[in-house]
Amino acid sequence: MSAPRICPASDRSLHVWFGDEISMASYRQVARLTRGLERVRGILNLHPAYASVLIDFDPRLRTHEQIEALVHECLDRPHDETETFQRTVEIPVRFGGEFGPDLEDVARHTGIEARHVVELFSSADYLVYFVGFSTCFPYLGGLPPELATPRLSAPRKHVPEGSVGIAGTQAGLYPLASPGGWRLIGRTSLKLFDPEAAPPPLLRMGDRVRFVAVEA
Amino acid sequence: MNQICVLSPGFLTTVQDLGRFGWTHFGVSASGAADPLALRAGNLLVGNAENAAALEMTLMGGTFEFESGATIALTGSDFDTGLPMWTSMEMKAGQSLRCGPSRSGARCYLCVRGGIAVPKVMGSASTHVVTGVGGRPLRKGDVLPVGNEAVRRPRGACKDVPSYQAGGVLRVTDGPQADWFAGELYRSEYVISEESNRMGLRLRGLAMPSPAGHMLTEGVPLGAIQVPPDGQPIILFVEHQTTGGYPKPANVISADFWRLGQLRPRDQVRFERVTIEQALELMQQQEQWLRSI
Repeated sequence: MSAPRICPASDRSLHVWFGDEISMASYRQVARLTRGLERVRGILNLHPAYASVLIDFDPRLRTHEQIEALVHECLDRPHDETETFQRTVEIPVRFGGEFGPDLEDVARHTGIEARHVVELFSSADYLVYFVGFSTCFPYLGGLPPELATPRLSAPRKHVPEGSVGIAGTQAGLYPLASPGGWRLIGRTSLKLFDPEAAPPPLLRMGDRVRFVAVEA
Repeated sequence: MNQICVLSPGFLTTVQDLGRFGWTHFGVSASGAADPLALRAGNLLVGNAENAAALEMTLMGGTFEFESGATIALTGSDFDTGLPMWTSMEMKAGQSLRCGPSRSGARCYLCVRGGIAVPKVMGSASTHVVTGVGGRPLRKGDVLPVGNEAVRRPRGACKDVPSYQAGGVLRVTDGPQADWFAGELYRSEYVISEESNRMGLRLRGLAMPSPAGHMLTEGVPLGAIQVPPDGQPIILFVEHQTTGGYPKPANVISADFWRLGQLRPRDQVRFERVTIEQALELMQQQEQWLRSI
């Protein structure tokens, strides 16, 4: 693995990138850094993503240089290479129509008939690379490459809870109604987040996911 | 126990402290006071720890009755209470405080000695309005317990209070994709759109050309300025998303976070670029001012 690219994102945060592709190699680095920097004094928040970790810190206690040193220390530490995928979660989804208003757009963009889009989408195995966006949104790797479709040019102001979407080569689910720019192809009625219960959410970093088509 | 009764909640009043940290890897941003400077100053004035929970009012204030006597402070924007701001003062038992529409910026803080003693969720009393984590905006008839967490004596009036003028200059440092842009952000004024909230401040102005870079979703910090393909920037605010896929030419500096909390729809802003070193120096000056309270 080549050296990560590191630069300040603001006067109180540092960004660490492990390349710019969705890959298992970058996933492992991201997971290591996220676990390694949890509960470090002066670090306020960690934002893992496909191939990067953003580190928010208290600038009264830490400098960018100190955080960068902690990053190197964490990545240089000897580590256990064994995978820790514990669970597979099945997500029932109603595809198309009012549940997936962008399914036809995805079909047009990819040149694949809508029902084949659904078949392809539900035949793949996905991995929760990280959780982010707005409240417990799981970002999934494993989308069949032929289904890749770009985001909307301007985000929707309202995406309903449980919506399943595609953005480029990524797949994901909206745990709560929120604004969003992903192409929506279906919706699940599973509760992904409950504000009364503190996280962890239904889907966590490292979970395996399968989508199961159910009748609309 | 002392209590505050909400006789009217105003437009949008929530309980806020300095935020909920350590949950962004589950997609939950910190939330917390939109103007952290006003909250910290108000808490110091009444003798609380800086992070004590207080009421954040937005654009139009509420009316609150104090069951027993209380020491309070009003900070942030002037919500036409007829009472002095940025100083501690006594409320008598049964007295009510009536706040009106803002005469300056977007938010006014009501800090009470002892703090607002609502239960903490995931380590914070802050309301995350968009997701409902930590509660909901106040309603008429709500009763809020006052805690006994004061840590020192109340203080007299603050000196050299920052100017709460509408709009103005926001200072920024380079964002991670600054070199995808040609400095368009610094060439014109932007207007705060009506669609702004605690999640984000949407700006309207000259559309920026959409840069043609490959962008994978990545973490986004508070104050990040992101540019979606329509070219109209969005400033990520206290209830911001934790990750995003739009390029970020710049990030508002810590010392100007409070200004974001005071921006109202239709206010005009422009951006000024500073270095990280200058940003940290400005933050130190602000910390020094807080220590003088």
